[in-house]
Amino acid sequence: MVQTKKDPVLAVLSLSGGNDGLNCVIPRNNGHYRDARPTIAVPEDQIIPLTDELGLHPTMGPLKKYWDEGKLAVFVGIGYPTPSYSHFRSMDIWHTCEPEAIGTEGWLGRATKQLDPNSENVLTAVNFGRGLPRALVMDGVPVASVGNLETYGLLTGIEGENQRNDALEVFGRMYAPAIGTGAVMDYIHQTGTDALKGADILSTAPDAYTSSVEYSSTAIGQYMKNIAQTHLAGFGTRVLYTTSPYNGFDSHANQLQANSGLLSDVSNTVDNFMTDLREHDASDEVTLMFFSEFGRRVKDNGSGTDHGAAGVAFVVGEHVKGGIYGQYPSLEPSQLEEGGNLKFNLDFRSVYSTILEEWFSLDANPIVNGNFERTKFFA
Amino acid sequence: MAEQDIALMSHLMRRAGFGASRDEIEAKAAQGYDSVVQELLNPETQEAVDEDLLYRYNPSYYEAAAIENNVQQWVWRMINSPRQLQEKVALFWHMIFCAGHSKIDSGQEMGLMVDIFRQDGMGKFDNLLLALSTNPGMMYYLDNTESHKANINENYGRELLELFSLGVGMDEGFNYSEDDVKACARAFTGWNIAPPYPPFPHGRSPWEFRFDPADHDSQEKTFLGETGNWNGNDIIEIACKQPATARFLARHLYNYFVADEPQIPAWRLTPPRDQAAIEAMEKAYWESDHSIKAMLEVLFTSEFFKDEAVRYAKVKNPTEMVVSLLRMTGEFKGYKPGLFDYSQEPKYMGMDLMNPPTVEGWHTGREWIDSGTLVERINFASDILGNTELEGVQSLVNRLMGLGDKLTPEQFVDGCLDLTGPVVLFPDTMGQLISHATQEGELSHGTDAEKTDFIRRSGEMFQMIAATAEFQFE
Repeated sequence: MVQTKKDPVLAVLSLSGGNDGLNCVIPRNNGHYRDARPTIAVPEDQIIPLTDELGLHPTMGPLKKYWDEGKLAVFVGIGYPTPSYSHFRSMDIWHTCEPEAIGTEGWLGRATKQLDPNSENVLTAVNFGRGLPRALVMDGVPVASVGNLETYGLLTGIEGENQRNDALEVFGRMYAPAIGTGAVMDYIHQTGTDALKGADILSTAPDAYTSSVEYSSTAIGQYMKNIAQTHLAGFGTRVLYTTSPYNGFDSHANQLQANSGLLSDVSNTVDNFMTDLREHDASDEVTLMFFSEFGRRVKDNGSGTDHGAAGVAFVVGEHVKGGIYGQYPSLEPSQLEEGGNLKFNLDFRSVYSTILEEWFSLDANPIVNGNFERTKFFA
Repeated sequence: MAEQDIALMSHLMRRAGFGASRDEIEAKAAQGYDSVVQELLNPETQEAVDEDLLYRYNPSYYEAAAIENNVQQWVWRMINSPRQLQEKVALFWHMIFCAGHSKIDSGQEMGLMVDIFRQDGMGKFDNLLLALSTNPGMMYYLDNTESHKANINENYGRELLELFSLGVGMDEGFNYSEDDVKACARAFTGWNIAPPYPPFPHGRSPWEFRFDPADHDSQEKTFLGETGNWNGNDIIEIACKQPATARFLARHLYNYFVADEPQIPAWRLTPPRDQAAIEAMEKAYWESDHSIKAMLEVLFTSEFFKDEAVRYAKVKNPTEMVVSLLRMTGEFKGYKPGLFDYSQEPKYMGMDLMNPPTVEGWHTGREWIDSGTLVERINFASDILGNTELEGVQSLVNRLMGLGDKLTPEQFVDGCLDLTGPVVLFPDTMGQLISHATQEGELSHGTDAEKTDFIRRSGEMFQMIAATAEFQFE
């Protein structure tokens, strides 16, 4: 169990679209890699070395610092049995931990339920982005979903501060408990009151925030900044989640250029985030994970890569024990999954279980639907 | 025109369609309730969407592979199709015959599935089930493609009985046995698709239904007490003869068109909210040789539907929330491109069209609402309804001005509520709105300054109405 000075917090950045693990954590002197990817292999001398075998994409320099500090865990060969090549299904599997059946509850929804069983804090879990990812879905767990923290709230379309404040006061009174209106109405009144309370609290976060760190103006940069702002505001939020713009990592075509921009943005943003938290002496209690629903095909298609199986994921934080976890899957053509994809050897639920158990001190098995070997990546 | 006629027509259009502008409601009320019901029930008598024009403005809709374009096209049709009940019925079946893009991974297949609901959704139920059972997307979604003579996969066989026709049980009993599930699954062996999935190595091409006699179990089967060499179409015929199927359809229709019922898994043990209504629709099913249209005709013309007690007795689903506001305010009327943002709104409110969470579909009623989705619902509704630059909202403001040169706060609030529904509020909520309006006193619109003020206050009042708990219902 990890000891932190304050309650441990998990931030998650989901890279939507299927991040190409092979061009992210690169088997740098592997002949099969170069054979399979005549168009998009990264030249060996540009790769940022991590170990004798593996290295990062050249645009991921900002993460090297955390590797050198021993605070970056890199998961390779990560996935699950019988891979799905559908973005939606595969992301659902990562969200619900249900590769066979179709699940409706998310692993972080369940974790939030355990962290705050009576929903005493309406902000125990906060999502940044429109619409709730299934990872956070759980009956009876209120989760705020924030499209834009600067303008988040109810009745945001009302112009004029006084007018809006008046309207919100009326709203508060309209949603006060009412007698004799029925069970569904009572429930909606309670939900409206919770939502107003959450919005009131959240809206104070940007004003209270100052920092020397400048995040990129991309969605990833801005939402990670919002995560830092919310954490620094001290609302007791334990789970913070965001997703990169929809299917951005789906690099079927023009991968060289598109992925350089994306990986550079992710790496810079993660560095900004960690620097920001450190500047505020608030990094001790935060672990950040970033992952994608699957990796990509070993062979390139002349311009990009198609949907694959095993991929890569990362965890960074002050209590993380840096290193490579999992085996890099073989690129030998005879060792590939059907369709020419990397075989997984590290179940993502192992990583989740470790986070739940060692970071949050929760009983992991019921949350991830099974008993998976723990991956010891906390110091 | 009598206020009650407007209120009833507004109710009909909210339920049998996705609402309407005030002008349209008044015109339809003048036309007469029964005549409007007949138009709704007979979409072929109404103007069709001009497909050529639609695709000319939105080439990306045509045979679109991407899911977003298929969702967009459907939302466009919900807003603009003169055949409102046809689109409403398509959504009804989509919420029962649930298959999702998350597994099917083809927007085009999802679009084709919804087309079935649009074309066959009001016809003979047997035909609809047959179309569903030969729909490649559904066959793949429920693993019938993995069900073989030598090794059956029960998924489709089970869901056909549990979720698509008989339901688990009624009147506390069970409607079928595990043996029936197996017989059903055996009868559907060989009902497959071509080309297979996954689409290696050259990407996917459109699917077709393919019956493979060599993979069909042609042994004798006993299904719901009848023994024979049943194929899938025999199973459908037998299932459609069951009293449980009539009950199942009647309860679903009531739950969707009349008033929220408990969630479906509770139906075996929980009697219907209105037994007589259910029986009347069951009777229509038998007398019409299984016609959905006949059941709907009974529904829309019965007192149980017109009853004031069932008005606003349903929580709007997210699609209804979004589309009805776009229709009421005249936003996005006609053939034009650029619907993407609006078409994503239902997803933000928890209803990802063409991608239901499981085969059991979305949980409806109060379960549409949580603190995240409520914020989305309220903000969307108040932004649209309070936007006095929209044609439909301007028309509402003009009507308000037409109520008199001077309006008391009470008259003003009453007028706003009447024009946006009529919306019925609980007295506490009503009191809050009136006291809010009273702060700025009476309204006039004689001078330009008064007019500007009148428009601003109307927009604000519409926003407040859209933010009420009552507005979450329809």
